[in-house]
Amino acid sequence: MTEENGAPGADGQEPSRRDFIYIAAGGVAAVGGGLVAWPFIDQMNPAADTLALGSIRVDVSVVPVGSEITVMWRGGPVFIRHRTEEEIAEARAVELDALPDEDARNDNLPAGVPGTDANRVLRPEFLIVKGNCTHLGCVPLGLAANTGDYDGWYCPCHGSHYDTSARIRRGPAPENLPVPDYYFETETTVKIGLSPDEANNSGWAVS
Amino acid sequence: MSGPSTYKPGTAIEKWLDDRLPIIRLGYDSFVDFPTPRNLNYWWTFGGILAIFLMIQIVSGIVLAMHYVAHEDFAFESVQRITRDVPFGWLIQSMHANGASFFFIAVYLHMFRGLYYGSYKAPREILWILGVVIYLLMMATGFMGYVLPWGQMSYWGAMVITNLIGALPFVGEAIREWLWGGFSVGQATLNRFFSLHYLLPFVIAAVVGLHIWALHVPGNGNPVGLEARKGKDNKKDTLPFHPYYTVKDGFAIVVYLMIFATFVFYLPNVLGHADNYIPADPLVTPAHIVPEWYYLPFYAILRAVTFDIGPIDAKLGGVLAMFGAIGILFVLPWLDTSKVRSMRYRPLTRWFFIFFVIVALLLGWCGVKNPDDFVLGIEGFKFVYLAQFLTAYYFAYFIVILPLMGIIEKPKERPASIEAAVLGTDKA
Repeated sequence: MTEENGAPGADGQEPSRRDFIYIAAGGVAAVGGGLVAWPFIDQMNPAADTLALGSIRVDVSVVPVGSEITVMWRGGPVFIRHRTEEEIAEARAVELDALPDEDARNDNLPAGVPGTDANRVLRPEFLIVKGNCTHLGCVPLGLAANTGDYDGWYCPCHGSHYDTSARIRRGPAPENLPVPDYYFETETTVKIGLSPDEANNSGWAVS
Repeated sequence: MSGPSTYKPGTAIEKWLDDRLPIIRLGYDSFVDFPTPRNLNYWWTFGGILAIFLMIQIVSGIVLAMHYVAHEDFAFESVQRITRDVPFGWLIQSMHANGASFFFIAVYLHMFRGLYYGSYKAPREILWILGVVIYLLMMATGFMGYVLPWGQMSYWGAMVITNLIGALPFVGEAIREWLWGGFSVGQATLNRFFSLHYLLPFVIAAVVGLHIWALHVPGNGNPVGLEARKGKDNKKDTLPFHPYYTVKDGFAIVVYLMIFATFVFYLPNVLGHADNYIPADPLVTPAHIVPEWYYLPFYAILRAVTFDIGPIDAKLGGVLAMFGAIGILFVLPWLDTSKVRSMRYRPLTRWFFIFFVIVALLLGWCGVKNPDDFVLGIEGFKFVYLAQFLTAYYFAYFIVILPLMGIIEKPKERPASIEAAVLGTDKA
């Protein structure tokens, strides 16, 4: 940096006051630019009203054993399957190391919990999972059309097979279908999407 | 631009303006007296065609935005209303939707022209890179525009593509939610895509300005790949842009517009997908999601990666390969080691290029097919295997063939000048 006023550091020896002022001014400008940019970036995140529309109540008494319904939650599908004894037994018989994804993927439990069937349901007869394939977001087909090779769901887009606990067993999907926050408000009413208070008393526990 | 200006103001008013804002001089030097190689063929007319189509898309798009409603409950209906109730809405909507396809047809021909005649080589690297930037902006604009009618293909195309972002490690899911503005593709997504779809064409127009600026520094390339000589001989190698190339470009534009009109009037839905006449339904995925035709080769590359590569899983690998297929174009000027621009004089590489074009078309074919279907019904020969072979060739063309050919290939003898090439005295 050439110095006009002959301050120390003119020959690049010692940093001068002028050098300090340049760097300090540049630093302030960079921080200021970042602070201005952030609101314009952050505005694209989900808005407060979108976040507030986070929960629904579903009457599961309308779902007979051996059938399933799809409900809309947060703009996407949630599968609720009333499982038969055979489906539950089939899901529980699977060894962990047979699973491509050994994580329970359960929003109600801490991350990294093993993906046993017991860690994916609150009541064994009701399996409740988000219904977008973890590959590219398609809605897998279920009991009405095609349950795939593991009796759960089959994604027609790229051929992912899910089992009766909605865990990925074969195909390009990297993860199990995730379990949303939910609890049973009454014997027949499920609330999906919980406040922190409700989540603390939802009855979920790692098995 | 290149060379001293030859503009002479004809009237006192022009003189007055020229001293203050030499805008007529700029236009004259750029599009009237601009020295252009005298041997340009019709492959060189697509630049002008593209400029026309950018204007068609902007004008028809501004008009459509006057009637379109960017709301998840009304978007589909509003497009139907445009095509049925708005005066001439059927025409303008058809021009815009088919215009996108014809824009991409022209840009692909323009790019293949550049690849064949070595238009990306020194001193035109920046010109080429700006072109790739325009192409990327076109891809983004086209993708967001296709979402706006809010049909099933719109919705699920948006779902699949935004989910690709989710494949990025650590930040993927946060970025995906940021793009969506919610927990899924929905109202917030549609609204912002509309905003950006309106913005990006103007960004494209600005980059086109830079592209033309970068073109006018060295001037046009040409089929023999020789620079026009400087000084006294310049006149022997070049012609003024007007009237020679305004007329040639104009003729090509008219022919291209006639083909365009055939689609607009008689085949308005041929390039679209029937499923996009079903309103978007977040609970039902179409049996077979296909992107618009102009993305198909890259969609095939995305799906060709079905295996993990070290720590990169198949999903991320596919995403990286897809973006890499476009990204590699940015460094192409430095991958091709040959000093010879035109494939006319590169007997070996020419065949590799022709095969590359076939590979690109076949990738498009793979993109439209189910990966597990059999090619031509041949038992066991799945489309995914074909796509994997084609993807390998696509990358090998840039990473292996072009760098290697510059070293081992013996180019054919080239004419001494553009003038010699035109007059047939090749061995001048």
